Amino acid sequence: MSELKKTALHSQHVDLGAKMVPFAGYDMPVQYLLGVKGEHLHTREKAGLFDVSHMGQVFLTPDDKDFSTTAKALEKLVPADIQSLKPGEQRYSQFLNEDGGILDDLMISRLALPGYEHVLYLVVNAGCKDADYAHLEKHMPENVKVSVKDDTLSLIALQGPRAAAVLACLNSDVEKLTFMTHADLELKGTLDAPVWAHVSRSGYTGEDGYEISAKHDDMVRLVEELLSYDDIEPIGLGARDSLRLEAGLCLYGHDIDTSVSPIEAGLIWSVQKNRRSADAGYLGAKRVASDLADKTTKRLVGIKPDGKAPAREHTEVQDMDGNTIGEITSGGYGPTVDGPIAMGYVARKFFKAGTPVQLIVRGKPRPATVVKLPFAPHNYFRGN
Amino acid sequence: MSIKYTEDHEWVKVDGDTAVMGISAYAAKQLGDVVFVELPEVGRKMEKGDEAAVVESVKAASEVYAPIGGEVTEVNEALEDAPETVNASPDGDGWFLKLKIKDTSDLDGLMDETKYKAYCEGL
Repeated sequence: MSELKKTALHSQHVDLGAKMVPFAGYDMPVQYLLGVKGEHLHTREKAGLFDVSHMGQVFLTPDDKDFSTTAKALEKLVPADIQSLKPGEQRYSQFLNEDGGILDDLMISRLALPGYEHVLYLVVNAGCKDADYAHLEKHMPENVKVSVKDDTLSLIALQGPRAAAVLACLNSDVEKLTFMTHADLELKGTLDAPVWAHVSRSGYTGEDGYEISAKHDDMVRLVEELLSYDDIEPIGLGARDSLRLEAGLCLYGHDIDTSVSPIEAGLIWSVQKNRRSADAGYLGAKRVASDLADKTTKRLVGIKPDGKAPAREHTEVQDMDGNTIGEITSGGYGPTVDGPIAMGYVARKFFKAGTPVQLIVRGKPRPATVVKLPFAPHNYFRGN
Repeated sequence: MSIKYTEDHEWVKVDGDTAVMGISAYAAKQLGDVVFVELPEVGRKMEKGDEAAVVESVKAASEVYAPIGGEVTEVNEALEDAPETVNASPDGDGWFLKLKIKDTSDLDGLMDETKYKAYCEGL
């Protein structure tokens, strides 16, 4: 096995007492001194800082400086409507294969910086990024340049109800951003020199907050500054997972992969209405259209075990007569819910909230209920 | 009543023909916040090394093995409502179950407190 890669923040994690684990080829913090549960609750009550620099950051730049050139090219690979993106807007979508299976899920932003509004900025999953880069290289036309920035840019998330107030101390303009919008700006606070950063109001916890991209050296300084605020604690991958599960957000490689379509995964909200026909012109469009019409396909749902026992990934889901109807794809304990929570696929006729099911945990059937996602309410900032 | 430990971080205390068992402070710390403990039924017979219980932390499920063989005479039902007791008091109120000892020779080879402490330091 090749040596694990390190993010620019690696030594900060170690100094903070993080327990480091291999994740997607990187040596990453799974938890700090607070522990998974403490970090989870701190994020929901105040704010948490996550190093997500292992994720891939890519820019798509058209030679002709015409936004529609980039948008049309990317629209061949994702179900989302990209041409309608305005400068400063961000959208969630997926790369699909020819069969409509999900190759990866990603964030797509149209830059707002004057003179760069023709550029798209993508953030992709660490575990898929090499394949994603190859996929982009293969499918982008010659006049759209694919620039991978993993060697120069770090990425952090600042999440929780105190995130906006703290980041506003570094630049008050961040408070004006609404959910799924972004800006390029200088962050200063008590820093000796300002940090030039790409700041988007988004995240993976269900809380209000930001994702911030900056050059490696600048990010080291920025993280030091942010952690000097009492409200901010560093948060590891363990709590990142429990937070996103409570928020009902999919994790690639678990809840979504090439075996499911965005429709089966409940991601229809990310496929704009003008992109739902079989001839929408992107890889996998036929599958998206046929899964929309076919009422027999499986669906990703929230599942709440009735007792205290968590049901983990791969747990079998049965109907009340003992017939297999699906499988858990993410499951564990939700610290905010204070109980077990799970997501999984069930046959279409069982997908209604309130449907009783049973989960086979260590050979024993345990009662559970299909529920509406999320488990913890989203607290996104959509404007005053 | 002396306490003995296994290499898998279970502890066992013997009192006459009864033994009480749980997981060590080292194990509880490694697991992190315990959120559920699945305990066996009273009356179940187990051999040394059999799966005795399952302890679930926020992140994962881990098996707990019987440090000695015997028949389960009592389980710590308080853990059902308060699994966090395992973290707060791993070798006290966070005990898992009591066994009627089948064969005291099962205790041979288990570590005493001093040896176990050295063993953990070496990990």
